Amino acid sequence: MTLTRRKFLKAAATSALSVMAVPCISQGFELEGRMSLGPKALKARRWAMVVDMNKCRDDCADDCLIACHEIHNVPYIPKAEHEVMWLFLEPYENAFPERSHRFLSKRVREKEFFLMCNHCEDPPCARVCPTQATFKREKDGIVMIDYHRCIGCRFCMAACPYGSRSFNFRDPRPFIKKINPEFPTRRRGVVEKCNFCQELLEVGRMPACVEACKEGVLTFGDLEDPTSAVRTLLSEKPHIRRKPDLGTGPSVFYIV
Amino acid sequence: MLEKVFHGGKGYWVWVLALAAGVGIGLMAYLYQLREGMWVTGMSRDVSWGFYISQFTFLVGVAASVLMVVLPLYLHDFKAFARITALSQFLAVGTLLMSLLFIFSDVGMPMRILNVPLNPTPHSMLFYDTVFLPGFMVINLIIGWTAIGAEKREVPLQWWVKGLIYLSMPWAVVMHTVTAFIYAGTPGRGFWMTAIMAPRFLVTAFAAGPALLIILCTAIKTLTHFVVTERAIQKLVTIMLYALIIDAFFLGVEYFTVFYADIPEYTETFQYLFLGIDGDCALVPWTWCMNLALLVAIGLLVIPGARSNRPVLIAACIIALIGLWIDKGYVLVPAAFIPNVFGRIMEYPPSWVELTISLGIYALGTLIITALYKVVISVKEETQDL
Ligand code: SF4
Ligand code: SF4
Repeated sequence: MTLTRRKFLKAAATSALSVMAVPCISQGFELEGRMSLGPKALKARRWAMVVDMNKCRDDCADDCLIACHEIHNVPYIPKAEHEVMWLFLEPYENAFPERSHRFLSKRVREKEFFLMCNHCEDPPCARVCPTQATFKREKDGIVMIDYHRCIGCRFCMAACPYGSRSFNFRDPRPFIKKINPEFPTRRRGVVEKCNFCQELLEVGRMPACVEACKEGVLTFGDLEDPTSAVRTLLSEKPHIRRKPDLGTGPSVFYIV
Repeated sequence: MLEKVFHGGKGYWVWVLALAAGVGIGLMAYLYQLREGMWVTGMSRDVSWGFYISQFTFLVGVAASVLMVVLPLYLHDFKAFARITALSQFLAVGTLLMSLLFIFSDVGMPMRILNVPLNPTPHSMLFYDTVFLPGFMVINLIIGWTAIGAEKREVPLQWWVKGLIYLSMPWAVVMHTVTAFIYAGTPGRGFWMTAIMAPRFLVTAFAAGPALLIILCTAIKTLTHFVVTERAIQKLVTIMLYALIIDAFFLGVEYFTVFYADIPEYTETFQYLFLGIDGDCALVPWTWCMNLALLVAIGLLVIPGARSNRPVLIAACIIALIGLWIDKGYVLVPAAFIPNVFGRIMEYPPSWVELTISLGIYALGTLIITALYKVVISVKEETQDL
């Protein structure tokens, strides 16, 4: 007999393993495919956002928030505990709790700030993820989530010091007003967050919020390029980042 | 040996059926959670870990405490523990099974759980837990089972089993340390960000395990002919007492550092725990109970007359266990999320679904431990080693 018991067991184990591995490998290919750049793609070594709060009008119709959530099929979940938020508003005292104090004027304390994932230089969310579903794209610094790989352990939510991540406590699809077929919807049980509109950058467009804001509050560009719009703004105006002392290196800056 | 599980008196079967019913109820609740999604739990965007992860943390500790039995026996030749090693190892098997099930119940995508071993990620602390937990469970099952088998056949332990026993000692420490690292390594959660976390995890484990063992040994003594010597019990008491005192010291050190330095990021959660913030005070009674239980248990155990009186000893063990459970199994995990990263208070009460599933997991673990203990005791009865 040529096939010994040991060999047979070995073969059986390998084939079982490969069957289990197939979905992962194909997922990898899919991801590679999605990540390959088109001819018009915008490129940067590290994408960053500068939010000029002086320009932000409080009475506009939240165009940027709506644009972001519509294009990314972000569900509108009425119960605050289970909300999914990519781009959201928080008053200064909540966005920068360590900077707020009681002598600040009420106007400043209550001024609403745009918050989103900071696409940190050293993202703790990616550090703790046990499946590498959350990872930082080395070529442009965008912190992404592979929704097909995430197991929904929510370790990343505990690790993110900015509350940027949302978990799909419920099936999101019934809560999406109009589904955008260009972008995947997520399913119950995975985590999601702002992706710096990586899918728009690929086709040569700026992020949805940047395009939507008519007041020019949001500026997007390459932080590593000294001539970029974001770098010009940062060299001209005083700015702050959220919780810089944690060493995560946020890529979102606020001019106040 | 397994056949022993199926021979028992009426009381045994009532107990087994009650546990099986608990498992059934828990399973139904789990199926409900699986169908509906995690919104049926009390967790939220702000408090994203709750009761499940707390139970996991507490139970890993109980499992790690097996070290407190094998170490005196194999390194210090404390023979009186020979009778309880199997009990302690099988306790570890049951508690680790529960811990794993608690993680499983907590993830939003349980069918993808294999993504963890398929994408080994050494920079994630959860990865180490998924290696060390099942590993420790298997090691202890093998050691316990072969040891009982050897006893039954009245032959000495094989050399490789001894090797496994020595391996299990550092393993226990590492296993619980990486559990602590899950928490202690997250920036921005001031409550968890303390180097005392891992040492405290270990001492609370080394108190909880012996406390539980003393209770179990006493129960076994009243229910069967199997007797654990007073010498072994008193040694467990000593270990537990020292562990409790060291824990109280560690807690005191932590409280001093936090309150004296008074950095808001670190004090806020403690303030919430001890006094509540703006009327939100769901964890305040728990926190006081925990601290009080620790002190009362120590107070009882330091009195020689009290610790040699079995009913008082059992009461002290129960009080200590309650305190230790509140600490790791109720407060530690959700508290770090309160206040949340925006400085807001979002409280967390576990939902009935979470509690029911947890009940089911505890019932299953108890069932497994019962079955394994049944084997141990039957073999001891057979070999007249009572
Ligand atoms: S803001 Fe949070 S989610 Fe975004 S990269 Fe930083 S740690 Fe990760
Ligand atoms: S929830 Fe998903 S993305 Fe977050 S740590 Fe777990 S597997 Fe990674």
